[in-house]
Amino acid sequence: MKQILRPIRPAVAALTVAGVLALAGGALGARQRTAVPATTDVRTVTHVLNRLGFGPRPGDVERVQAMGLSAYIESQLQPERIGNDALEARLDRDFVTLDMTSREIFEKYIQPATMLRREQQKQQAQNAPAPRRGSEPMMSGEPPAPAAPPPSPEMRMAQAQQRNVGAELMQAKMLRAVLSERQLEEVLVDFWFNHFNVFVGKGQVRQYLTEYERQAIRPHVLGRFRDMLGAVAHSPAMLFYLDNFQSATPNPPVVLNENLERRMSDPRLTPEQRRQLAERLEMQQRQLKQRPQRGLNENYARELMELHTLGVNGGYTQKDVIELARILTGWTIDRPQAGGGFVFRPQMHDMGNKVLLGVSFAPAGEMEGERALDLLATQPSTARHLAYKLAQRFVADEPPAALVARAAETFRTTKGNLGEVVRVIVTSPEFFAPEAYRAKVKSPLEFVASAVRATGATVVNAQPMVGALQALGMPLYGCQPPTGYSMTADAWVNTGALLNRMNFAVQLMAGGRGEPAGPRARGEGPGAGAGRGPGLGPGRAGAARGRGQARGPWQVDIAALAPDTSEASRERLVQTLLAGVASDGTRQTLARAGSPSDLIALTLGSPEFQRR
Amino acid sequence: MMTRRVFLKNGSLALVSLGFAPTFIARTAEAAQARRKVLVAVFQRGAVDGLNMIVPFGERAYYDNRPSIAIRRPGQQDSAIDLDGFFGLHPRMTSLEPLFKRGELAIVHACGSHDETRSHFDAQDYMESGTPGVKSTRDGWLNRYLHAKEHQNASPFRAVALAPQLPRTLQGTAPALAIGQLAQFGIRAGRSTENMASSFEEQYAQAADSLLQPTANEAFGAVRMLKEANPGTYTPANGADYPRSGFGEAMKQVAQLIKNDLGLEVAFTELGQWDHHANEGAAVGQIANRLDDFARGLAAFQRDLGDQMADVVVVTMSEFGRTVKENGTRGTDHGHGNAMLVMGGPVRGGKVYGRWPGLEREQLWQGRDLAITTDFRDVFAEVVSDHLGAKDLARIFPGYAYKERLGLLRS
Repeated sequence: MKQILRPIRPAVAALTVAGVLALAGGALGARQRTAVPATTDVRTVTHVLNRLGFGPRPGDVERVQAMGLSAYIESQLQPERIGNDALEARLDRDFVTLDMTSREIFEKYIQPATMLRREQQKQQAQNAPAPRRGSEPMMSGEPPAPAAPPPSPEMRMAQAQQRNVGAELMQAKMLRAVLSERQLEEVLVDFWFNHFNVFVGKGQVRQYLTEYERQAIRPHVLGRFRDMLGAVAHSPAMLFYLDNFQSATPNPPVVLNENLERRMSDPRLTPEQRRQLAERLEMQQRQLKQRPQRGLNENYARELMELHTLGVNGGYTQKDVIELARILTGWTIDRPQAGGGFVFRPQMHDMGNKVLLGVSFAPAGEMEGERALDLLATQPSTARHLAYKLAQRFVADEPPAALVARAAETFRTTKGNLGEVVRVIVTSPEFFAPEAYRAKVKSPLEFVASAVRATGATVVNAQPMVGALQALGMPLYGCQPPTGYSMTADAWVNTGALLNRMNFAVQLMAGGRGEPAGPRARGEGPGAGAGRGPGLGPGRAGAARGRGQARGPWQVDIAALAPDTSEASRERLVQTLLAGVASDGTRQTLARAGSPSDLIALTLGSPEFQRR
Repeated sequence: MMTRRVFLKNGSLALVSLGFAPTFIARTAEAAQARRKVLVAVFQRGAVDGLNMIVPFGERAYYDNRPSIAIRRPGQQDSAIDLDGFFGLHPRMTSLEPLFKRGELAIVHACGSHDETRSHFDAQDYMESGTPGVKSTRDGWLNRYLHAKEHQNASPFRAVALAPQLPRTLQGTAPALAIGQLAQFGIRAGRSTENMASSFEEQYAQAADSLLQPTANEAFGAVRMLKEANPGTYTPANGADYPRSGFGEAMKQVAQLIKNDLGLEVAFTELGQWDHHANEGAAVGQIANRLDDFARGLAAFQRDLGDQMADVVVVTMSEFGRTVKENGTRGTDHGHGNAMLVMGGPVRGGKVYGRWPGLEREQLWQGRDLAITTDFRDVFAEVVSDHLGAKDLARIFPGYAYKERLGLLRS
């Protein structure tokens, strides 16, 4: 029996290995290696949870240990198969604008305030004394101009509703980071929104932002890059933010010239008619020369190449920027002031020939733009640029070149399948190498979300988390330049921000005592404004918790995390919150903590917790 | 008193006593340096109406175009304060009149960014990045200045914005602090504050983390420096009376930072609500109230600092000006040229600089706005080079050739 089994065993073993590889590799080609370890030690699991998501909640490490890392990673790469009921129910309960179209948002939330403001201004203009002509303003004795009346209750409400649109989106983003089971998807939505950054504070962007993230970004984060690129290029949010909606051809329609020239060649023309035609043609050409190139706006074309696709050294010239801008003329918004959608306006479009990156573009209206996007999406520079950024997010501020090369190759061979590229990165040897472990400093978003998750805090009101991000220098949707927020440590590690992180840790724990937490639900962040620390002794805290007193924005079950300040409790915290990694210095300070909540705050504010 | 190893910015280790750490270092390091020059940038966000702030009462067209909101010619009730026979101050800016007369306040009119945008967002972006027309500049002009003139042992208070968030002007890789309230800068943990602060400090001081450790050390050093300065009990000198407003508070705190010798070199403050599309008012009304706050804040600052103003220059700016002609709701719309104020001991004041283009229709930009005859970067460049001693202007203002010297500062 044994003799028969022996030769079979290696074959069985090979099959098993192949099976594991097949499971873990999914659609990987034979060339790709997967380095997902079979071991499930706490540090590695924590590493994965910190990179593919916003860090572990209590119990997450155990769940992933039971499942195995490969299975976990694979499941996160297919988020549609992960139930997300708790989050969905919460978003439905708390917010109303998240599923609205831009038009609806405009009509319900923006328009009322605008109309009221106009009404008010009209009223003021009517009530005021008539403007005087002549060289002197009012004579002394006349009543001075009335100051602007205070906003009426309707006006105030309309203005508040206008702000709500942005606030809902920001709060929803925090709740998603904290509550979603589809953690990788949330990480990627944040990444790709940042890549295709728009700024909430610029004019009409506010009314377009909800739809933008929901339609142009989220559906494509694990799909095809070209699809996301196209959705963004058609989005009113981007067209407005980078001014393309105003970009119009600097050249008059070719048609006119062609008509005139064609008519000139008509043999039946009298000399007089010919002379007149010639004059008109000459005048037109003169005007053409004098006409300033003011219609064309290059902003989007430039950023489309520099930031969204090729990268700053991706091999395009200023001339390419102009040519791409010409191609994209006419890509505009129908009624931009009123939440309208994309429209292509031929009369704004430059109908000449273009040459972009050496490729000729004959006039073809909107299709030129589609062809240009095709071209950009398939450039090797684009593959390298995007691979680099993704590797930077998932592995290290300066990602290993070999990994970037493999990820770029995957991008090319899969024709821009972003899910495959991410898979290659997060199953790579580089991802699991010791150098990668805790190599990244958490961004403010990652810090706040991971702290709330790590403590298992119940979030009652998400606005203070939004405020905390502002205090930490990363206002949500608030990055002004199109470059988006930096993903490297030097942007986030500065004096004020570091102190504010420690203060956030303190404030988070202050909410666990059953009394109003530091920042009120009105929206002050923990880092800003007057600090109100705990203040009450431990005795009252315990009693207050059960009695339904005024609740803060979050509730932390301190006893579950650290029942006391004993060495056992401290060690447990280091295990659960820091994956067992703590310097002597950190351990010593924990040993001196005066209370469990101080203990947890010290852990969350520690240098170890700032890294992922 | 515990002993600590503290990383200096140049990477070397110093063994210092916890109580005296960075203050001691900063002071000894700076002792050899000349008296520190300070630049304060003040941003009027929302596009202040420069024509009602610095009134060209000598222009007939000013009155033709503003039947209800023009400021009267000097010599009448509530009229402009005569500066030089052609320009005047808005009447609520009386506190700045003595400064002008003493030669400590200069004005540059018809000044600004040549970029055509009328978007607050874009125009502020361009003025703060110092690169009009370029949207992808990541850092601000003052941050690039900090790089252009690095200090080995610069204090953590070298560049401070008195604002809840770091403004674009100071964003970048050179360290800069945004402090909302000096008195609250630090760890805030109620009764546990002392313990928590020292615990955190110890964690970071002992962390083998080459990035977090020095930054945290600097942070706690800064907190300590500030506590010694005791901002909660500050009393302005010389009877200076700051307005009770965000701007007044901010200027008062800049003065404190300067007076407490904390190593401040560049400060930033801002004030908003200048976007007067409707009912701007004239001698009385919205803009009058804002200009009152603005002028009194600047004047109190100057008074508070007294002799130390010899080392300080304040520059004010706004993203663009407003239309010459008032609109249908007795306000003004987005314009182009504006006025900048330059105030301080080293300033060659008492004068309105720049070439005045006039307000007749054919002299206006796009037929509606005050034209620009001085690029805002000329003013910035002159101040950072003549006052702060920066040499690498091309790096601070990339793509710009510094044209004519205005001669704003005494050599």
